[in-house]
Amino acid sequence: MVEVLEVSRESIEEMIHSYECNQRYALAIMQDMQRRYQYVPKEGLRALAEYLGCPVSALYAMATFYKALSLVPKGEHIIKCCDGTACHIRGASTLIDGVERELGIRPGETTGDGLFSFETVNCLGSCALAPVLVVDDVYYGKVTLEKLKEIIQTVREGGAV
Amino acid sequence: MGSGHALKLSVVRGGGAFVCGESTALMASIEGRVGEPRAKYIRSVQRGLWNQPTVLNNVETLANIPKILLEGGEKFAETGTTGSSGTKVFALVGKVKRTGLVEVPMGTTLRHLIYDIGGGILGNRPFKAVQTGGPSGGCIPESMLDLKVDFDSLASYGAMMGSGGMIVMDDRSCMVEVARYYTNFLCEESCGKCTPCREGLRRMLEILTDICEGRGREGDIGLLERLGHAMQDASLCSLGKTAANPVLTTIQYFREEYEAHIREKRCPAGVCKNLTRFEIVPDKCVGCGMCARGCPVDAISGGKKETHVIDQARCITCGSCREACKFSAVIAAGRENISEGRQA
Repeated sequence: MVEVLEVSRESIEEMIHSYECNQRYALAIMQDMQRRYQYVPKEGLRALAEYLGCPVSALYAMATFYKALSLVPKGEHIIKCCDGTACHIRGASTLIDGVERELGIRPGETTGDGLFSFETVNCLGSCALAPVLVVDDVYYGKVTLEKLKEIIQTVREGGAV
Repeated sequence: MGSGHALKLSVVRGGGAFVCGESTALMASIEGRVGEPRAKYIRSVQRGLWNQPTVLNNVETLANIPKILLEGGEKFAETGTTGSSGTKVFALVGKVKRTGLVEVPMGTTLRHLIYDIGGGILGNRPFKAVQTGGPSGGCIPESMLDLKVDFDSLASYGAMMGSGGMIVMDDRSCMVEVARYYTNFLCEESCGKCTPCREGLRRMLEILTDICEGRGREGDIGLLERLGHAMQDASLCSLGKTAANPVLTTIQYFREEYEAHIREKRCPAGVCKNLTRFEIVPDKCVGCGMCARGCPVDAISGGKKETHVIDQARCITCGSCREACKFSAVIAAGRENISEGRQA
């Protein structure tokens, strides 16, 4: 997993300037920010708009349109529960309810202690393993409520997931 | 590679938007803009990416080219059907024993795919439907299992080849809830540019949610059909034109399930929580305790080899007990029917 960076003017500039000044790279640059900071910071949008000579609103529109981009910081661990069709049919809703019960947060939210963020996603391309849960890019297949409890417990205790 | 030809290859990462599967939305996305489609008065082969003539092929098409180049078109066309030659990769998933990617000749029947290749339905339960083509595809019922699958045959039944997804559903899948699920997805993914898709999906989602939660009204089915047809006629791009497919095909093939939700306030599949209450049939319960072990809220009690009972006040209707029971002792009953003292 990529190490999460502190948001700084220098790291933002470095990321932006590694690309040619062209609107076509706007999405790629924002994806880099998302990867390095786990969200797209406001400073990042402003600096990018300045670099490309486009309004911040155009970048804001993209950041809210594309699912891969988020404008709010995420927790230390990100739990993604797949609710694609194959997972949905095989009980993803039960799993989502389970995560809500375990963590006390709804999809899109982060726990108060900043430890977990919870998201539902539309497909992880592992339909044959449905229902699928991803914690910090580690995939778990055929997850049951029992297995879910174990996974969350392991992450809480700081163990390798 | 010594051929004297050279080309520049750029890889562009997508941002995760369903509508970017639409050609003009995809091009907008590559140009570094919001992926909204445009009206196609001018086709993209004339003016597409950066206003240049553009050819667009998907990966599966490109993957077929080496075979055609090596063996010739005639040889390639020996496999498959007249309208759809070659093979097709499906993601065979859902309530089927063997899940995974399968490559079969075009024209293979659904029955062969699901029962021979997929090994049949999980737990040998009854087959209910197969959903093809991704979120804007359609649900095909049991009576059409012998359908030879190709581009034309699926389209003629209101479904589509689309992504090649093939999601098998059994009697514990609620077709109304499935339609609500797809409509919710499409509602989130609609770019909002044209009114029929943006508003049509929202209104359909409201109606379907009402039906699933027990607030369905007489006339809702007709209203869904009218909205769906308006979206088919008037939407700007294929997302909107096909977005009503899940609703329209489930109404077409599983109308009685909609009617059970609306008129009897009952979910026959036992999926819609407001309309479902799980019960343990004493005659079938052997007291193995599997249901109690799987219950996330400890709502099931009962000693070893004794009939188990669900505490309805604690039950969250997750259905874990029904999945866990090997003896089909856990049944889904309608809420209304039970509270009024009538067995479902």
